[in-house]
Order: sequence, then structure tokens, then C-alpha cells
Amino acid sequence: MSGARKPQCVVVGAGPAGLGAALAAREAGLRDVMLVERDFELGGILPQCIHDGFGSMVFGQVLTGPQYAQRYIDRVEKAGVEVKLNTMVLEMAPDRRMTLVNSREGIYDIEPASIVLAMGCRERTRHQVMIPGYRPAGVICAGAAQRDINIDGLMPGRRVVILGSGDIGLIMARRFTLEGAEVEGVYELMDHPGGLTRNVVQCLHDYDIPLHLSHTVAFIHGRKRVEAVTVAAVDGNLKPIKESERLVPCDALVLSVGLIPENELSKQAGVELDPVTSGPVVDERMETSVEGIFACGNVVSVFDLVDWVTRTAETAGRAAAEYVLEGRKRGAVVRVNPGRNVKFVVPQVVGSLDRGADFYFRVEHPERAVRAMVLAGGGEVYSRKAKMVRPPEMVHAGIDAVAGSGKVLDVTVEVVEEEGGASKKKKRGRR
Amino acid sequence: MKNKHELVCINCPLSCGIELTEEDGEILEISGADCKVGLKYAEEEFRDPRRTVSTTVKVEGGVLPLLPVVSASPIPKSLVTEAVRVLAKVALKAPVADGQVVYRDILGTGVDIVSSRRLEAETTAG
Ligand SMILES: Cc1cc2nc3c(=O)[nH]c(=O)nc-3n(C[C@H](O)[C@H](O)[C@H](O)COP(=O)(O)OP(=O)(O)OC[C@H]3O[C@@H](n4cnc5c(N)ncnc54)[C@H](O)[C@@H]3O)c2cc1C
Ligand code: SF4
Repeated sequence: MSGARKPQCVVVGAGPAGLGAALAAREAGLRDVMLVERDFELGGILPQCIHDGFGSMVFGQVLTGPQYAQRYIDRVEKAGVEVKLNTMVLEMAPDRRMTLVNSREGIYDIEPASIVLAMGCRERTRHQVMIPGYRPAGVICAGAAQRDINIDGLMPGRRVVILGSGDIGLIMARRFTLEGAEVEGVYELMDHPGGLTRNVVQCLHDYDIPLHLSHTVAFIHGRKRVEAVTVAAVDGNLKPIKESERLVPCDALVLSVGLIPENELSKQAGVELDPVTSGPVVDERMETSVEGIFACGNVVSVFDLVDWVTRTAETAGRAAAEYVLEGRKRGAVVRVNPGRNVKFVVPQVVGSLDRGADFYFRVEHPERAVRAMVLAGGGEVYSRKAKMVRPPEMVHAGIDAVAGSGKVLDVTVEVVEEEGGASKKKKRGRR
Repeated sequence: MKNKHELVCINCPLSCGIELTEEDGEILEISGADCKVGLKYAEEEFRDPRRTVSTTVKVEGGVLPLLPVVSASPIPKSLVTEAVRVLAKVALKAPVADGQVVYRDILGTGVDIVSSRRLEAETTAG
């Protein structure tokens, strides 16, 4: 079968990651870039995120999700990228052969010279958090509720309980309230909110919506439609405390219990996945373990900010172009070591630091007065003070080119206590 | 009498905890902000709290039934819910351009509500 088309680069998924990568690949000199999206329009998750809070780093301006997407859509349309909407990538092989489907062309194969994966993520469901009870209608994931309300104009419920305090759950608490529904409360298993503090403030405090930390939903009632849920406080082992159980009548239970990178295609192609992030293991150029396949955005790791998604996309798009135009760059790689209070680091492996690199990582536990550090070949190449680090927030360390790092260096990323942090804290008084 | 107010800056993800000390409505001290934006935010949050409003309005003949809209600048926090109620009654005709004014001077605040994306008309051909 040699009749298959051979684009120079195919980008899978047209969220901010895919848009950014396609644009970067085009700007780096590829003529034939194809952007494939299964939805009917470009933008990925952004068109449904109608709230503001996007783009403060990329544009130095606070935009809504649709506004952020619109800027990239306009640029991609001008740049001469071939856009395929309503088209899904069904299969992807290790040799990069792909099978696509849409209603006009049917099922067909292509053989791209390079691929950028930008499929984003999906929501964790009730099944994955195992809530006991019946299986009625009215149990819905927060992102799906967001799509119902903001895109399709449907209300999933009038009296709502939210489980999980991730950003989407917090944002939906406000959205339901503004649309006239009553949000009884947000219940969070952990003893700290899952989302950004600013979302707790402007989505819950502003509207007097209670946040119950160290609580969970212990049972779902209702055979056809949700009629109520039992909520309960949890003990130190996160097990519900029987005596604290309380019945809360409601007609919808909204779940905001986490996102998982969408990597079914990556698995088919034999891309090595990181068990901690659930995304591909990538190097500093966002290349995966399979030659010519790159990845960026939430498919790699769930980012808290779209600005980081765009940055990884630019790196991936540029690297894919370089691969096609100049041949393979990736040589030997070494693992990046996650040091003290670091849960994971993207990229997971590094080939060279000749041109600098961006490291993104999350901490294991919240900590005040710290220093984020990157060590390469034993020397310190990055160090920055941080007032506070928290697990929901991605920490970024952008390092400059490390001179003479022609050979592969051993890299460690860590968070250490700030020297003299304690005394400084005293001087400044309590916060 | 001196009063202390604990605030959280909502202008960027750092979410700085800010303490504002005031006496009879006069601000004496603002501490904890990591940048100037936070100082301005704290002062405004104390004197005249404001929020950006984002919601959707109905659209006829568009590729989607709803259009996301946003206030061109923040409006007084106390008016947010009412603004959303007013906008719930608005209906537009597609197509709508990105940034098009959808509602002028919402609730006498002097702030316009603008479209936050482009929305094409539904084509019947193809
Ligand atoms: C509800 C929500 C609220 C958020 N709020 C904020 C915020 O306030 N501020 C902020 O900075 N960030 C926010 N974020 C984060 C930011 O929006 C996301 O990180 C970003 O959209 C991720 O971009 P992406 O391109 O990786 O994925 P997505 O935007 O999810 O795009 C992935 C695309 O891939 C397509 N796709 C998947 N598989 C295939 C396939 N096989 N074939 C074809 N197409 C496929 C999908 O249809 C989708 O369009 C929010 C995220 C969510 C989910
Ligand atoms: S004070 Fe500055 S750094 Fe701190 S949250 Fe506000 S805008 Fe961000």
C-alpha cells in the first residue's frame, strides 16, 4: 500500500496543544502539516471554559478559554495548516502509519513523516473512585456538565452536590449557582482543596458555597434519578466515619475527581508511558520513546495552566519539524531524577542541555519558603525561591543552555528548604 | 479601631495571601502581596470589589445555540448575579464576530459585555 498520503507532520487533537504544535511546525519550515480533530471545531476543551483566567503568561493578559482559543485558531487558519475536522485517528502503529475516519472520506491510512500527539485528557469517572450505591441518572463529571451548560444550553440538575474540589468542580459550583441552581456544597476527600486558591475564593467564597474538607460521598440514593447522597467525614485513613453520615437531598451529583491523559493511541504505537503521569515519557524536545512521535499538553501530563500547554506545544512542533528537515536528533538519554519533595518531572529523560530546557514538576506535599533547584552534572543550573509550593500547581524551571554539555549529563530536580527561610519568615511576621 | 482583613489575591495562580490593615476605612498597611498587582487588588477588594463576569447568551441560526460572553472589564461584585440574569434574556442572530459588543453599559456600570469567540451561522448546504 503505497498510495497512502505522506504528510510531513500530523498533529492529533486541536486543543491549545495541537494548535500550538501545528503552528510551530509550520513556522519552523514544514510545508505539509495536517491537524486532525474529531470534534466539529477547533479549540479542544477551551470553548467550554467560558470563565477568565487563561493566558496571563503567553499573552500577558487575562482571557477566557474561548478568547485564548480564538487567537490560536485565527493564526492557524492564516498559517496554511491543513485542518481536518470531524475526523478521528483510530489507530497508530510504531512505524507511524495511521488510520483515520470521517464521514466524507471513510476509513483511510496515512504515513506521516512525524507525529505530534495532542489528545488532551479525559475525566475520571464514578467507576474509578468507586462510590457505593445505586446507578441512577444524574451522576455526571464536571467537565461534561460544563459542556452541557456552556455549549449545549442544558441544565444537568437544580439541586447539586459536588464531589471533589479540583478547579473544574470549583468553577462549576459558581456556574451552576449563576444559572439558578442551588449548590448544596463541595465535598473534598483530602484535607486541602484540590484546585487553585483563587478559584476557592472567587467560586465558593463569593457565593457562600460551603467547602467540606476531609469529607466524601458515602452512598448514592435513587433508582432512576439521583434523589439524595449520603455524605460523611473521613478518618485519617480516608475511610468514612459512620457516625458523621448525613443525608443530602439532591438531583445531581457532579464529580470533579481528576483527569487522566488520553493515551489509547500512544499505547498502540508502543510509546513508553510514565506510571506517575499516565502520559508518554518525553525528552526535552518532547519526543517520545518512539522515533518521530512527539507529544505535548495534557496528553503528557495534566497541566494546571494553558500557558504551559502552549509552551510544550511549541517545543514539540519545532522538534517535529527539525526531525523531518534535519534528521534524527535524539541520541542517548538519561533519566531525570525527581529529588526531595518532587512527585514527577516532565521531561522524564534528557538527551542534551545544549539549548536549555523547560522542566515542569509537581511537589508531593505543600511547603513554604523553599527553593526549586535543577542540578546537572553535579552543578546547579537553576535555582529560584518560592514562597509556597502546592501539589495542584505545576512548578516550572526554565534553564538556559548548559555550556559544553555535549555529553549527556545527570539531572536532578528538587525542592529544598530555603536557607534562612525560617528567620526571614519571622521578620516578615505572620502571613 | 484597627482592623485586619485577610485577602487572597485572585489575579494570578500564585494566590498570595494578603493582609490589609485599616482604621476607620483608611488603609494603613498591605502586606503579603508578591507584586504590585496584588497591592492594587487588595485596595480595590477593600473599597470596591470587582469581578469579571462571564456567561452565555442565546444565538439563533448559529452552529451552536449559545455564545460565550464576558465583561470588557470587571464590574462591582455585588452586581454579578444580576448581570447574568439580564444577559439570560438576550438573544442574538448568528454570525457573531469575536469581540462584538453584545450588551452596552450593563446595569449602568459603564462596562460593555462582549462576545468571547467567533460564532458562524449554520450552513444548510453540505
Ligand atoms: C474544565 C477545565 C477548566 C480549565 N480551566 C483553566 C483555567 O482557568 N486557566 C488555565 O490556564 N487552564 C485551565 N484549564 C487547563 C487547560 O484548558 C487545559 O490544560 C488545556 O485545554 C489542555 O490542552 P490540550 O490541547 O492538551 O487538550 P484539549 O484541550 O483537551 O484538546 C485535546 C483535543 O484532542 C482531540 N482528540 C482526542 N483524541 C483524538 C483522536 N483520536 N482523534 C482526533 N482528535 C482527538 C479532542 O477532541 C480535543 O479537541 C482547564 C481545563 C479544563 C478541562
Ligand atoms: S500579588 Fe501578584 S504574584 Fe501574588 S497572586 Fe497577586 S498577581 Fe499573583
